Formats: sequence, structure tokens, C-alpha cells
Amino acid sequence: MHKLLTKNPGQKMLLLGNEAIARGAIEAGVAVASTYPGTPSSEISLNFFQMAQESDLYFEYSTNEKVAMEVAAAAANSGLRSMCVMKHVGVNVAADALMTLAYVGVKGGMVVLTADDPYMFSSQNEQDNRYYAKLSGLPLVEPSSVEEAKDLIAYAFEISEKLQEPVLFRTTTRINHSSAIVTLGKIKVPQTKGDFVKDPFNLVTVPAVSRKLHVKLLENIEKAKEFSEASQYNFITGNGKWGIICNGVSYNYASDAIKELDIADNIRFLRIGFSYPMPEKIIKPFLKACEKVLIIEEGEPYMEEQVKAFAQEEGLILPIRGKAKDLFSRLYEYDPAQVRENIARFFEVPYTPAVKPDISDVPELPQRPPTLCAGCSHRATYYAVKKAAEGLGTIYPTDIGCYTLGVLPPLSTADFLLCMGSSVGTGCGFSASTDKKVISFIGDSTFFHSGIPGLVNAVFNNHNFTLVILDNSTTAMTGHQPHPGVDMQDFNLTGYGRVSIEKVVRAIGVPHVEIIKPYRVNKSIAALKEAIDYEGVSVIISKEACTLYAQSLKKARGKPFYINEKCKDHRECVNELACPAFYIEGERVHINADLCSGCAVCAQICPEKAIVPVRSKEKIRSS
Amino acid sequence: METKRLIIVAVGGQGNLLASKVLGEAALLADIPVRMSEIHGMAQRGGVVESAVVFGDAESTIISDGEADVLLGFEPSETLRALNKCNAETVVITNTAPLPPFTVAIGKGTYPDLNELQKLIRQKTARMVAFDAQALAKQAGNFMSLNMVLLGSLIQTGIMPVSAENVKKAIRTSTKKAFVDINIKAFELGFEAAAKAA
Repeated sequence: MHKLLTKNPGQKMLLLGNEAIARGAIEAGVAVASTYPGTPSSEISLNFFQMAQESDLYFEYSTNEKVAMEVAAAAANSGLRSMCVMKHVGVNVAADALMTLAYVGVKGGMVVLTADDPYMFSSQNEQDNRYYAKLSGLPLVEPSSVEEAKDLIAYAFEISEKLQEPVLFRTTTRINHSSAIVTLGKIKVPQTKGDFVKDPFNLVTVPAVSRKLHVKLLENIEKAKEFSEASQYNFITGNGKWGIICNGVSYNYASDAIKELDIADNIRFLRIGFSYPMPEKIIKPFLKACEKVLIIEEGEPYMEEQVKAFAQEEGLILPIRGKAKDLFSRLYEYDPAQVRENIARFFEVPYTPAVKPDISDVPELPQRPPTLCAGCSHRATYYAVKKAAEGLGTIYPTDIGCYTLGVLPPLSTADFLLCMGSSVGTGCGFSASTDKKVISFIGDSTFFHSGIPGLVNAVFNNHNFTLVILDNSTTAMTGHQPHPGVDMQDFNLTGYGRVSIEKVVRAIGVPHVEIIKPYRVNKSIAALKEAIDYEGVSVIISKEACTLYAQSLKKARGKPFYINEKCKDHRECVNELACPAFYIEGERVHINADLCSGCAVCAQICPEKAIVPVRSKEKIRSS
Repeated sequence: METKRLIIVAVGGQGNLLASKVLGEAALLADIPVRMSEIHGMAQRGGVVESAVVFGDAESTIISDGEADVLLGFEPSETLRALNKCNAETVVITNTAPLPPFTVAIGKGTYPDLNELQKLIRQKTARMVAFDAQALAKQAGNFMSLNMVLLGSLIQTGIMPVSAENVKKAIRTSTKKAFVDINIKAFELGFEAAAKAA
């Protein structure tokens, strides 16, 4: 049995934040869950995917976040508890649905989880999605710890049902990817069969209906404010004159700092866990009881703006500070020492920071950036594209996935990136605006997510560029989730359809379509040259399974290769492919047989044909 | 209880997330408060994987620069890179078998001299335990048991509030059954190596 389905209330378990959230949803009786995978949220849906195979939970990997939002919205409008999980930028994709769902509301509880990523550990921006609550008028809750995240899910469902509105649940990476000891609660048996009651004059958002629904939404915000004001997740500790207001993980750093600085007697500490609407009736008296207030929140001055507005309404003139050059930044994530130091500075408390070692005499260390795996098919494709486009001064719009790592030298096959699907739309734009050759790259899952409309646009507006679809049969970057082009038999699952990328591309009417096997270097280069020479839209589908994924499915892996005595040290293999299986020892190139996947790409480009398959262990040693 | 802060640095694939999970499970067995965090978005792509384990009464799951009680390094150049997490009181435990990053192979960097590296760490911290953990992992029966070797030496120092007995129990329950015996052996070899180094 899946460990998160354990029926043993009171049992303690070490859980990752994302596991605690998934467990929280199960304890709350979630019936329908949907997602498009995205770090740092991915393990939540991975656990849903696994649990759905042995419980009544309906879970799906949807094509993109907007579809996931619509699936969950319909489930909640059929009376079921639904949850929709995505990373912060996924909410941008789903926002069109979300903004009007706020007007329509729900019948069963619905929780929309946004996993924000301060510092951009694995994201293209660090937008603060608390503003989505303000923008949509939907209630927002935020946990400070792994344990609280579990319990807050059930609370979010309750609030959602009371207000008949979806509730936004915001985490940050340090909640998703932290672990702590969590006490299991009781699992609520979910209602799994919904019913939809027709009510078009409240559910079909034509202007006349929406004008009425917006009034209802504003009334709901007032009700939500009362819930926020009565919420146990907005609480004050201490009764000093120095006010601190925190949300999320900054609450932990401030709690530790207050202890370490030994200033608890002076502090009045407000933790905001229900952060939209902000609890006016808690904050105003709090401000009146303080001499000065420090607001500690990662990201934007979301609470600070509202707290200052409350102070203005009350005519209070106490210092209220948060974001400032000498205090907290809008950039990146915070850490305990930084919070401790700023608290000490703001309240003028003596503080001696830890003495860090002088590292000025430490030599400059070689960088260790993440890189495409040994034998990665993307490397083979990029090599072929570079050969085919040699001397053309090509622009390479790229997209979101492992293949974005092509940005690093020596591949250097990424020139422009905005968001999921942008390689296609920007490919159209660059080809229309410059005389340069344009070759765009998009992954298979990203193509389904949001690449298709761009390609339709390219055909309709007759743009001149080549789109290379890197089809590695999985959503590799986020941990090998399925997508509509995947054979679900790989997961031993039946009852799924399968969409062919090639058929989609041909159906769109792309005039030049070719499929390549990127491990066949010369054939791939030839096909790419033809596509690049084509005037108009051309598509190359580069098909080869992700090597990590193939290994995890125990699909055959080729024999490793080694470099024999014919090697004349040209180093084209190392310098042009940069496969991490190569290493230099004694001024010669070697191949690490443990890493080599046997793709044979290097063997095909070696001018001396000195790279050959390993036949015996002897040969590895003699290399 | 007193807070103890541990930073583990490794290269993706070396198994540091499992090592911290074992520590967490051992803390759970002993009813010791524990919080951990990890950055693993790129773990499988050969980048650096860092995890933080905080035992005792603290709410934070991350560790600021200069505030680690112990730095456990799975790869020597990564141990050196993480020196900013240490202070003069920090104990450093490091594997000495290098795993040079790919940038070295393509001439974009120089791997530090291993003797110089050890000297620098020793100068700037309270104590260093350094040994070839990769060799001991092989001796235990599997090079992948490097993480358990290093856990063994970590526990030997006695700085973490978890016992060898509980860590071994956690190894039995949370590592793959086929590898439990090798992992226990690896843990013991690492424990002995650290005892000798002292």
C-alpha cells in the first residue's frame, strides 16, 4: 500500500512537504486531482498518480495547467472535492480559467495549489503569486511548515465549501522540499460521484450573468475577510511593543531569531497564514499596540502594502518597514541569519554574527553546472543541428525542459526563452523580423502543453523557420511524468489514448515534416539541412527515448564505448559534444564505462574511428 | 534541546538525499525533533545537491553561511566549495576521492590540488576527518554505498544527537532490501575510519 494511504491516525511519519500536502488532500477526502508537472510541486502529483492506482481518487496529468484547472473546476461544480496543482508560472497559463472561475464559484471544495520558487532554483522567474489572490478575489492560505501544510489543506477545503469559491494555497520551494515529522490524521472517505445541476444564468458567463456574479464575488470577499479575521492560522504571540509580521517560511526564521536574540519579552509577533483577504480586525489593533513594526515576507511587499494602508486608515504614524535597501530585499529567498540580523538592526538589539571563514585564499573552483546526461538524445540532436546550420548565423529560440541546458557551451543552442511554448511563437516573430535563419527547439511534453497554437500560427501566417521537436517519450525534467504522446503501457496502465506528434504536425498542414533518429548522426544532419533550406515552416521530429527513462524502464542500454590506441587526441568528442562520460587523465581522453550509455554518437564523429564498443573488461583497462 | 546543524554536499547521483532521509528516520525513531531541506531540482543532471538537516528546537529548515556545526562532503572540491557554511568551530568530514566536474575535461576550470584542499579546510575549521570513502564503499560491496560510509563517520564524531543503533535501524527500514547488508557494512567501515582519524 502507498505509505500516504496509511490508516493509522496518530502515527508519526517523516514526510517531504509535498508528501504532507498530498496526504492532507487525502485526509480531506479529495476526489479529483489534476496537474501539469512543475518543480517544486511535482512530487505532490506524483503521489496522487501513485495513490490513484490503488484508491478511489481520480487523478490526471492534464495537457497543461489551464486544462487541469478546467478539469478540477468542473469536478468542483459537480459537487466533488477537487485539487489542482501547479508551479507558480503554471498559474499564468491557468489564469484565464481562474479569473472567471472566481465569478462562477464552486459547489464542492476546490483547492488550487501554486508552488512559488523564490531564488528560482528551477524556474524562469520568481513571481509572487499572492497577487493572484488579490487579482481574482479568491481566498489565499499559506503554510509555514511541513506539518502545517498537511492540516491547512483540510482547512482550505472547508473554507472553499463555506464560501463556494476555490481557495488558493501558496507554498514556496522551502515548504515543498523540506521534510519534517508529521502526525497522520483521519482519512475522510471521499464522495466520488458528482452530479451537475443546470443553472445557466449563474454558470454561463455571458456579460449579463457576469455583471451579477461580480457583485456576488465582492460580497464573498467580505465574507472571506471575516473568516480570515477568525482564522486560527492568523495568530499573535507575545505582548511586547515591537511588532513583527510574517508569513510562510520567514515565520520560522523570525521565530528562531527571537529566541536566539533573547527578545521574546519585547516582541508582539503576528503570523499570517490566511493572507487574502488580510485580517483587518487583527492587524489594526496589533498596530495600535506596537511602537514599530517589521514585516518579513519573501518576494513582493504584499503584506506591507496592506498593513500600511490599514495604518493610514487608522491615522497611525508608527514606523512600518519591510522592503528597503537596509532591510529586506524583493529578490531571492531569505535565510535565518539574514532575518536575525535585520531584526537586530531594526529593533537596535546587540548582535554578533557568526564568524565566517576567510576564503580569499581558496583557489577558484571549477564550476559544476547541471548538464545533459551522458548519452542524452538532445545532445545528439543539438550536434546535428549545429553541423547542419554551420556558418548560417542561426537564431535558436528554445523552450522549457532538460534541453534548455543546451544553453551551455559547447552546444550553445539556446538564444531566447520566455515560457512554455515560446520557442514556436518567438520563432514566428524572429523569422518575420530578421533575415536570420531561425531554428526553434521544443520538447514533446511542452509541444502538447502550448506548442501547438504557435505551430498553427506559423502555418497560417506562412513563417519561415524550422521547429525541432525533441521527442524523448516523457516529461523528463520534472521526473518522467507521462504526456499525451506516451505509451501508458510503460506504466502498466490501460484505458488511455495516445496522440501522435507526427500526425498532429501533419494535420496542422506543415509542408515539410521529417522524423530523425538523432543517434544516426549523418542521416540526421542531412535531414536537418533539407529542413533548414526549405522556405516556409518545416518540422523535424527528433525521436529517441530519454536515456534515464529508458534505463528506469529497464529497456536495453547499449554497450559502453572506449577510446583505443588509434586516438590522435583531436578531442572533437570532448570539445563538441561535451558528454559527461568523457574524462581526461594523463593528457588523454577516456570514457567512464559506468556513465556511457552506448549511444555511439561520439564514435561516429571521431576522425580516427578510435571510439569503439567495449568487448571485455581488459579493453577498458588498456584504454 | 540544543540545535545541531548539518550540511551535506554532494554531486547528483551520490545519494545524499537518501543519507539525509536515513538521518531523519533515525531521529524519528529516537523522538528527536528534526527538520530538513534539500535542493534537488537538477539532482539527476550532474549538478551539486545540497541538503540541510537541523536537529533540535529550531523551526528553520535551512542553514545560513557560517552556521553549520558539521559539513559532510561527498566530493572533495564540493566540500571546499561549501566552506562558506562553516565557522572556526565546524567539524568537516570529507570523502577524498575526487569526481572532477565536466568543465575540467573541456578546459573551463582546474581541479584543486587535493593536499592543498585538505590544508585549507583544516586551517579554517575546528577539525577535519578526511579519507577515501569511495574505496571503503567498494570494500563494503558497492560503490553506491558511499553515502552510508559517510553517515558512519558522521555518527562516529558524536556531534549529531542520533545513535549508531538508530541509524542502523533506519538503514534497515529505509534503504533497498537487497542493499541493506552492504549498507550496514559500509556504515561500520565509515564509523571505524572516522575513529582511526581521531
